[in-house]
Amino acid sequence: LSCCWLIHRHSDKPAKMPAVSKGDGMRGLAVFISDIRNCKSKEAEIKRINKELANIRSKFKGDKALDGYSKKKYVCKLLFIFLLGHDIDFGHMEAVNLLSSNKYTEKQIGYLFISVLVNSNSELIRLINNAIKNDLSSRNPTFMCLALHCIANVGSREMAEAFASEIPRILVAGDTMDSVKQSAALCLLRLYKTSPDLVLMGEWTSRVVHLLNDQHMGVVTAAISLITCLSQKNPDEFKTCVSLAVSRLSRIVSSASTDLQDYTYYFVPAPWLSCKLLRLLQCYPPPEDGAVKGRLVECLETILNKAQEPPKSKKVQHSNAKNAILFEAISLIIHYDSEPNLLVRACNQLGQFLQHRETNLRYLALESMCTLASSEFSHEAVKTHIETVINALKTERDVSVRQRAADLLYAMCDRSNAKQIVAEMLSYLETADYSIREEMVLKVAILAEKYAVDYSWYVDTILNLIRIAGDYVSEEVWYRVIQIVINRDDVQGYAAKTVFEALQAPACHENMVKVGGYILGEFGNLIAGDPRSSPLVQFNLLHSKFHLCSVPTRALLLSAYIKFINLFPETKATIQEVLRCDSQIRNSDVELQQRAVEYLKLSSIASTDVLATVLEEMPPFPERESSILAKLKKKKGPGAVSVTELEDSKREGGELNGGGDRGPDTASTPSPSADLLGIRSAAPVGAAPASAGSLLVDVFSEAGDISSLTNPLIPLPCRFVCKNNGVLFENQLLQIGIKSEYRQNLGRMYLFYGNKTSVQFASFTTTVSCPGELQSHILSMHLLEPLVEGGAQIQQVLNIECLTDFSDAPLLNIKFRYGGALQNLTLKLPVTINKFFQPTEMTSSDFFQRWKQLSQPQQEAQKIFKANHSMDTEVLKAKLLGLGTALLDNVDPNPENYVCAGVIQTKGQQVGCLLRLEPNAQAQMYRLTLRCSKDSVSRRLCELLAEQF
Amino acid sequence: MIKAILIFNNHGKPRLSKFYEHYNEDTEQQIIRETFHLVSKRDENVCNFLEGGMLIGGSDYKLIYRHYATLYFVFCVDSSESELGILDLIQVKVFVETLDKCFENVCELDLIFHVDKVHNILAEMVMGGMVLETNMNEIITQVDAQNKMEKSEAGIAGAPARAVSAVKNMNLPEMPRNINIGDISIKVPNLPSFK
Repeated sequence: LSCCWLIHRHSDKPAKMPAVSKGDGMRGLAVFISDIRNCKSKEAEIKRINKELANIRSKFKGDKALDGYSKKKYVCKLLFIFLLGHDIDFGHMEAVNLLSSNKYTEKQIGYLFISVLVNSNSELIRLINNAIKNDLSSRNPTFMCLALHCIANVGSREMAEAFASEIPRILVAGDTMDSVKQSAALCLLRLYKTSPDLVLMGEWTSRVVHLLNDQHMGVVTAAISLITCLSQKNPDEFKTCVSLAVSRLSRIVSSASTDLQDYTYYFVPAPWLSCKLLRLLQCYPPPEDGAVKGRLVECLETILNKAQEPPKSKKVQHSNAKNAILFEAISLIIHYDSEPNLLVRACNQLGQFLQHRETNLRYLALESMCTLASSEFSHEAVKTHIETVINALKTERDVSVRQRAADLLYAMCDRSNAKQIVAEMLSYLETADYSIREEMVLKVAILAEKYAVDYSWYVDTILNLIRIAGDYVSEEVWYRVIQIVINRDDVQGYAAKTVFEALQAPACHENMVKVGGYILGEFGNLIAGDPRSSPLVQFNLLHSKFHLCSVPTRALLLSAYIKFINLFPETKATIQEVLRCDSQIRNSDVELQQRAVEYLKLSSIASTDVLATVLEEMPPFPERESSILAKLKKKKGPGAVSVTELEDSKREGGELNGGGDRGPDTASTPSPSADLLGIRSAAPVGAAPASAGSLLVDVFSEAGDISSLTNPLIPLPCRFVCKNNGVLFENQLLQIGIKSEYRQNLGRMYLFYGNKTSVQFASFTTTVSCPGELQSHILSMHLLEPLVEGGAQIQQVLNIECLTDFSDAPLLNIKFRYGGALQNLTLKLPVTINKFFQPTEMTSSDFFQRWKQLSQPQQEAQKIFKANHSMDTEVLKAKLLGLGTALLDNVDPNPENYVCAGVIQTKGQQVGCLLRLEPNAQAQMYRLTLRCSKDSVSRRLCELLAEQF
Repeated sequence: MIKAILIFNNHGKPRLSKFYEHYNEDTEQQIIRETFHLVSKRDENVCNFLEGGMLIGGSDYKLIYRHYATLYFVFCVDSSESELGILDLIQVKVFVETLDKCFENVCELDLIFHVDKVHNILAEMVMGGMVLETNMNEIITQVDAQNKMEKSEAGIAGAPARAVSAVKNMNLPEMPRNINIGDISIKVPNLPSFK
């Protein structure tokens, strides 16, 4: 084994003491390090370090100037202390001084200190930049490399500003040494990553691309990283690199192993560079040029062929290098996804690796196959390896490999093998590593839903999931099973029966109780005919779990009980007794107590009809993307779930949920749960404002917008452009009126919030947020009392200042609790740029003179549009006046036309605006033209006004 | 891109840490600890790749590591790097073999006593998280040239400075009088483990 050298060394040279015995190091440093290593405890080590720090500090502060050697020694000590994890808060200045030394050793240690310890926002950057500038212009390649390394290590914006234009020049200059070129390429890459706006490749592009042809392989190695990054960001500008990369690759692949001398590694020519070339090609689609493409396909075939040749060496390094290229070639083939022949060959090659004795290869093969599985050409071929992959899941010793196997099973799953794969994953879950259980649970849940043909299988799978790995079943998973059961009436009976059986187990997971409570509460009647699961048996079974459960689950069970009273009147007495007992009705948890009290009261005063209405079966949930899939995506990052998969799940999910008999109008029907909660206010028991959202509501909010008020954003009614007062918003709970006045660049807005119900709104809060730069426009906002009594109206004042012209309106967000449910609504405030108009009267000649002055094309905005409202003269005049401009008579030679003038007052400037509106009554059309001294204002006003007429 | 290169021993003591992205010192130490925890609990002869820890960026990053006797060499890389390529990079192609040549049979002590040189060698190989050179001979040529410069400076120009510093060292009050360099050279390697 190649790594035995270290073990070997220990027996061989037990007395090796490098720094001291060689005599070339610094004695003081060696002594210090030895001291530290001899420290018996952490405390002793800290003590020794503090002593040393104090010493160094006093040396640096001392009167005597330190010579370069001492500085170097102390800086080395500081580096060592830093490596041990201690803060270093001094020495930076000394390090910076070392940079200007002429001695290589001192300069080098100075740069080392800076690259390890100075971060990008240090105040020393300017001094460092000066030193770098000197070294870059020194023409000493060693110094230049040190300076370039330092830039790449710190990579701050200030450095980018100082050197971004200089480095491309060094990179492409004919007389630059190869080693400097290499450093310059990677230095530039670093600056590009930190400050892409400062690195302008423009004129250098083609010369940089041509570095791919450089004689020196080291230069190509460094340059290709730069080119790959630039190509990802600007594919079009760099696309000439494709043909150059292909020809370089082809030369490497077809070369004999001796051609590239030092770059041949264990008989493989330039493996690292080959990998990087193949990566670069993955930034682009297949080459369009037939010749280039032919050459590339030839390369890929050669690489695949070489994999089948007998190895030239038994060393693991040889096979690693060869396979590194092979895996990159396969990635490229998968990326192109257009050569069925190559795809199948790639798949077969990976199939061989699945059974390879090298763990690393098995790992990589599983990983690559995952991407291969999503290609239509190779999906079937991947599926043939299912047994091997399942076996890997069961027998691999390494959790990293097992995880890849699970990923691959997930990727290769389709209708034909879903049952097998889900079953295998479930059985693996029983022994799976804790670190990957949650992800496995999500995957099983998604596959079960996506490929469910019959829903009894789906229900079985999810209940099994809860049984096996209940702790790892997140809310999303059990919400989802409930949503699906509710939406599919063909599975409800089966679900009730299965969950009833599952609850028989002496110890069942709390998530099982939640699902059980919910489903029996809704559909317990479907199995009540069987005496073994009669209503009372069901109730007793659920209640036997009650005391072992957490508060949210108990709350859910209480709701299930009241539903039982409706479903099975014969259980009423038993349940009322349970609700009435002290542990419920006087429970210390306010939510539980409230539910017990209200449900008890509800069950005793409401008539059967009212009960039946209030406790009606849940309506189906509106269809939407599976929340589980969203969760998996969040967990694994956006790349983890491919787009096709998403579309897939939408399509198939639709089949699954949309198949119900009920119409799609359910989203707007008020839900029984909302009624259930709302009825509290009507109940004679003085209902306190509800505490945190109930479980029932949680399930609902998961399902989307059930409440009329959880509407995301209410657009601005366009009438407010020309109006300052009126009702901004109204629904069955709340009315919002506004009154506003504007003077110069200031405005004041009164907001009136009216509670239309007879119940108090609790926790009533409003916030105004301004998108982006608008932030500072809102000067102040009066705070409100958090309670709005039933029938009451409260007022809020908003002071506004227009700082600069704007196009987005500020957003008003209102949150409050109505009968326990959180209401949340956001609407746009009618603050538009025209509110800050000052009318300007002027004569016809003035008007046309100014009109001509504003003749640059971008100052004008014009729109021709169909009339949406009455074209009556008086109405039009009123609107134009409402706009805030002066309506000028006798200006336009055509009396049918309207012209207006005004100045928009912002804090920073005044924007003069001229407007011309030309109606065409016959065609029912308008032409609107605006000319303003600021082009953004012309455009915005034009947009605003076009909707008004 | 390579996000970090870490070397620590079997006890998790860092011997080299090089981050190519800025973290504050605390986070760096936490990352080293987290990485050590992830890597050290793995059996020998399992695969050399695993998903990164939470601090380094989770499953978007891979840890590619090798374990040699007392030391772990860990590269933390993003998905743009070839796993086997990096493995070669650690193993022989450059890092370990180069260290070996430069130190004439490297061991953990070399890394401790020559932090600066190790950083230099690393800088010849990786720059700003990207691989600069994979040709071992090229790297060794560069390092040799630097050593030569160092020697020449130490030889003539450095002599007076070293003399001065030797005198200064003698006067250092905190310098333990009883320290005997010869002693250490026998004592240290006998320690059962390197802390």
